[in-house]
Amino acid sequence: MILPPTNTTDLSIVADAAHAVNPWVALAYLVAGVCFILALRGLSSPASSRRGNRFGMAGMLIAVVTTLVTHFPVIGPPDGSEGWPDYFSFGEILAAIAIGAIIGLTTARRIQMTAMPQLVAAFHSLVGLAAVLVAGAAFLNPGAFDILGLDGNILAVSRIEMALGAAIGAITFSGSVIAFAKLNGNMSGKPILLPARHVINLGTLAAILALTASYAHSNAAGPGENVLFWIIVALAFAIGFLLIIPIGGADMPVVVSMLNSYSGWAAAAMGFTLHNTAMIITGALVGSSGAILSYIMCRAMNRSFISVIAGGFGAESSSGGEAKEQRPYKQGSAEDAAFMLKQAETVIIIPGYGMAVAQAQHALREMADLLKAEGVGVKYAIHPVAGRMPGHMNVLLAEAQVPYDEVFELEDINSEFAQADVAFIIGANDVVNPAARTDKGSPIYGMPVFDVEKAKTIMFIKRSMGGVGYAGVDNDVFYLDQTMMLLSDAKKMVEEINKALAH
Amino acid sequence: MDFVTILSIFVLACFVGYYVVWSVTPALHTPLMAVTNAISSVIIVGALIAAAGADSPAAKWLGLLGVVLASVNIFGGFAVTARMLAMYKKKER
Repeated sequence: MILPPTNTTDLSIVADAAHAVNPWVALAYLVAGVCFILALRGLSSPASSRRGNRFGMAGMLIAVVTTLVTHFPVIGPPDGSEGWPDYFSFGEILAAIAIGAIIGLTTARRIQMTAMPQLVAAFHSLVGLAAVLVAGAAFLNPGAFDILGLDGNILAVSRIEMALGAAIGAITFSGSVIAFAKLNGNMSGKPILLPARHVINLGTLAAILALTASYAHSNAAGPGENVLFWIIVALAFAIGFLLIIPIGGADMPVVVSMLNSYSGWAAAAMGFTLHNTAMIITGALVGSSGAILSYIMCRAMNRSFISVIAGGFGAESSSGGEAKEQRPYKQGSAEDAAFMLKQAETVIIIPGYGMAVAQAQHALREMADLLKAEGVGVKYAIHPVAGRMPGHMNVLLAEAQVPYDEVFELEDINSEFAQADVAFIIGANDVVNPAARTDKGSPIYGMPVFDVEKAKTIMFIKRSMGGVGYAGVDNDVFYLDQTMMLLSDAKKMVEEINKALAH
Repeated sequence: MDFVTILSIFVLACFVGYYVVWSVTPALHTPLMAVTNAISSVIIVGALIAAAGADSPAAKWLGLLGVVLASVNIFGGFAVTARMLAMYKKKER
């Protein structure tokens, strides 16, 4: 370790010295960071994913134990040289970890897989709030974080990092709370549109940046000294709320991914404050992960990120005035469907979120088992936005014990519909709508969809001919010659098909 | 460490993140979000430092609350990821 020259007034050198930590400690945090990279790396295939998760846990253990050892609470002079260990405070910390562990583990055990988007939103809000609390603590007690300059003020660069970290954390928190309420049904999924909301939002964002700059330049920046910090936090809480309320339920997969990204950037900002490599690496990983997932979701809906953030999608879907003439369609029974499925050689099942709402996934897997016993080839086709968060449908099918090698992504299976005997659509609608390819005026135009109309027979399970998908558009597939509409509750219909298949 | 060194680590980690995340199979995107949630709670490091600091009782309580929130996330995030990953099975036979 290099000791600082004693009689210096150069603040940058002092700042360096403040962070000159034991190289073994720095190394431990680096190892933790590498473990987190390996945790994500493991997710490249289901086979290696469980080992990846264990790497993640190991990394966290290393980071926590290192911090507990190097920052053991001390009673006595603040420099720690003549203090003695404060076992009571240490006990409080362990108790705090234990409380969190109990809440976390019970939630993780009890949560239903359909409720995973809400849970993830709730977890994001906790990361956001934790970031605000850490930034607040650093603001009140900068000495503990080694960010106090010689002049008694918090280092200017640390002030920027703290303020931005707190702001991103606060946005993550309030945004995630709204996303949670919308996903959990505590709040309507309909967009809430305030007048002049773009002006308000951009104005608030500009104010946060301006106040951060002014706080960084301020001469009153001792521990807990400047009220600007709390104003920044308050504005950030408000903007998180304002940003998410105009975004409709259909865009929630993008929002959840975006908040995932924010929680990472918040952690990274605090990592800059603490000069902690584990936090910086993790923050960068999580930040890019959420950004990539948002991009994938946007591409799957053919929506630009900006238009999602601007909100309002799905607001005008309730324009029920235009009475359309009822086009003819063919309705089938469960027995008809079972008969045709048995004759088929290949069946491609397209599940949508409606299937999960009806809790039909287990009955569906039984149907696939019965068909496979008859020698029928069964595959599942998943659209990236089939669930309410990225990859949600895959988890729901995995829970119903559908083997993951029978489940295919859109681009991998779309060419196979021409050879398929039956396309079996259950709880999906927009993702099979040919209007996305043909009708330039359609709100879903340009969205990649399944070419189901190339299949010999299409079976479409739907509750009634009335309701249409999230985007509120009619679907030409209903009225095709080879389409058999199965109008019933998804679970009931599949169970009836199973009964008919069984004998 | 000076600012530029930290910034370098950050920028390089962003690139690592970019390539690692694109290699994640779409079937595991939900577990990906759950586990990134768990690891972003490494912010607990900051909360632990605050909770151990003796100078400011207010900062200490903020730190302790931060420790609780981050541990909910750590334990909950890893446990729910493990639960999901345990469900992904290959075809028998």
